[in-house]
Amino acid sequence: MSITIGKDTDAATLPERIRRFPFPFTGESYRYSANVEPANKNVPTDAGAWGAGVIDIDEFYLQELADRDQILTRDPSRMQVLPHMRPAVWDTIATLLPAMAEDYPDMMSFQREGNACRWQNKLQGLDVEFTVGDDDSLPMGPLRFLGSQIQDDIVLLDIRDNTMWLDAGLVSFAADWSFNFDVGMNFLEIHGPVPRVKEENIIRRAEQFLLRLQPGEQFRRTNWTMTVGNRLDTSTETYPEWGPDRGTIATDPDMPDKLHLRVEVQHLIRLPHTGVLLFLIRSYLLPLRDIAKVPAWRERFGHVLAELPEDMAEYKGIIRYRKAASDWLLAG
Amino acid sequence: MTITALPITAHPAVEGGLQLEVTNVSPQTESIVSITLADPSGARLPSYVPGSHLVVQYGSGVNAYSLTGSGNAPSEYAISVLRVEDGAGGSVAMHHLAVGDRVYVSRPRSAFAPASTATHHLLIAAGIGITPVLSHARAAADRGTTSSLIYVYRPGTGAHVEEARDLLGPALTECSDRGSFQNVLTERLMTQSLGTHLYVCGPIAFMDAVLNQARELGWPPARLHSEAFGAAELDDGEPFTVNLVRSGLKLDVPAGVSLLETLERAGKTIPNMCRKGICGECVLPVLRGTPQHRDLYLTDQEKAENTTMMCCVSRSEDPELELDL
Ligand code: FES
Repeated sequence: MSITIGKDTDAATLPERIRRFPFPFTGESYRYSANVEPANKNVPTDAGAWGAGVIDIDEFYLQELADRDQILTRDPSRMQVLPHMRPAVWDTIATLLPAMAEDYPDMMSFQREGNACRWQNKLQGLDVEFTVGDDDSLPMGPLRFLGSQIQDDIVLLDIRDNTMWLDAGLVSFAADWSFNFDVGMNFLEIHGPVPRVKEENIIRRAEQFLLRLQPGEQFRRTNWTMTVGNRLDTSTETYPEWGPDRGTIATDPDMPDKLHLRVEVQHLIRLPHTGVLLFLIRSYLLPLRDIAKVPAWRERFGHVLAELPEDMAEYKGIIRYRKAASDWLLAG
Repeated sequence: MTITALPITAHPAVEGGLQLEVTNVSPQTESIVSITLADPSGARLPSYVPGSHLVVQYGSGVNAYSLTGSGNAPSEYAISVLRVEDGAGGSVAMHHLAVGDRVYVSRPRSAFAPASTATHHLLIAAGIGITPVLSHARAAADRGTTSSLIYVYRPGTGAHVEEARDLLGPALTECSDRGSFQNVLTERLMTQSLGTHLYVCGPIAFMDAVLNQARELGWPPARLHSEAFGAAELDDGEPFTVNLVRSGLKLDVPAGVSLLETLERAGKTIPNMCRKGICGECVLPVLRGTPQHRDLYLTDQEKAENTTMMCCVSRSEDPELELDL
């Protein structure tokens, strides 16, 4: 590899996908933690920055939305709304569209008069009028429409009986889980399989935190895993398509281009009118080759992978190739 | 119009909130006034969950009042205030507000939310307890869910009676004495279908009586909801002093202001993320004194050891704490 410090690492010459990548590691090791912070805060990285707004629109916008559309057409179970969650879906639309119009005034605009709304999205050449609360006023219904406007996966958790219930959502880009399987479960059931978190009490803490969020409050956290191939849909349903690659990637000469760090920026928003918890999951992929273009990232990620305890590597599904990846990164 | 100047500083309970203008004041009864607040620039106000309350600052104090609207994309907030002559002075100050006055208020806070899965809302209110359940009734109508209301008030002292009649029609039952209320209540508690949730607001003794009877008749706790009128209480905590041993500083932490804010105001930079006692970032070593732990981060054992505390939410049991800072 021929990266020389000072030339190729000049942040300004890096492509957008690297400069805006939410690189999640701040130290040489990684453990689970609640790591929540207020949303809407710009975070500088060694290559650029991320996180100034809730909804991030990048160069992959149209491509990812086209992918999502195909996935939903092929597998409608990726989107579900239990009947009592309809108002929460509208609350989500009434919260996110105005925020996007404010963050991207050149591309989008939102107007509202009572329940009558108008939404324009120049990126899609779209100009629609709809009525909050009237499901028939949006083509494809409100949730699928929203899923055609933002790259994030959408999960809605109803808060009742002192816990949270996953009662609606649109998840096309799940990382090794199944939305269809989790629908209707409560918070503890959903997190049952994660190792260590039970002992470390993290889930209970996170639950208490979320239950206490006030309507209108917005927080976020990051999470990460690794993915073979440039594919966002690694849901349990498509395991036969991507699972086998995990066993062969370690010895694949193309590993630096095929193996990706996958980072999720997760927003936790208590919706203002329904009080339902909106959980947005925006997934970013960056191949090792790109990570290595930022020397600080190359080294830190290499160390994190080398140091990660076995059970966590196992759960993340990276155990068979993490050494190869870390060796390549640390070899510089 | 009387000129009530904005207080110089916002109370911590309304920090990060809104500055609103009184746009209408109308008496409901001899002792209850309705006050409407709007953004002076005409901006839309944040939506709120039905049954939410607003913390309003009067002079140096604050009081919480229930919002009476549905909460869907409001252009104004409306509250109704009962004058309490021997109270802390908040309600009397509110009764002096006039159109054009400006007030500091918090963002709406939810503490009495309707259950999304309810198939019917049975609302029960006594006196000024009508305010949050009126919000529930409006939101239910908006969303196409049914509700019914039993409203107890002494003749001539009922607020929002006309609105309740318009909104609920035959689903409203008005009672003016205990006996007739007791009969209606018993009958309703025994005839509800399975998906009904009950919401009660009024004096504590009234709510306890309603909830007790519901439980005796087999209502599961998850379907019972209540809120004391005057809304949620703000837990400001007691004032205390911190002694920062390494910096040789002594700081007073007033009620309603966190230790973290106090340290920040004194120029200290303390790592923090959530400011809610969850993330564990703002941990501080304690040398002497007993912290009043209010966080969710430390384990029970760590709390018992009293050698660390989360300064964003925790306070002190003792008048003074000594910190290694
Ligand atoms: S800032 Fe998170 S626990 Fe105090």
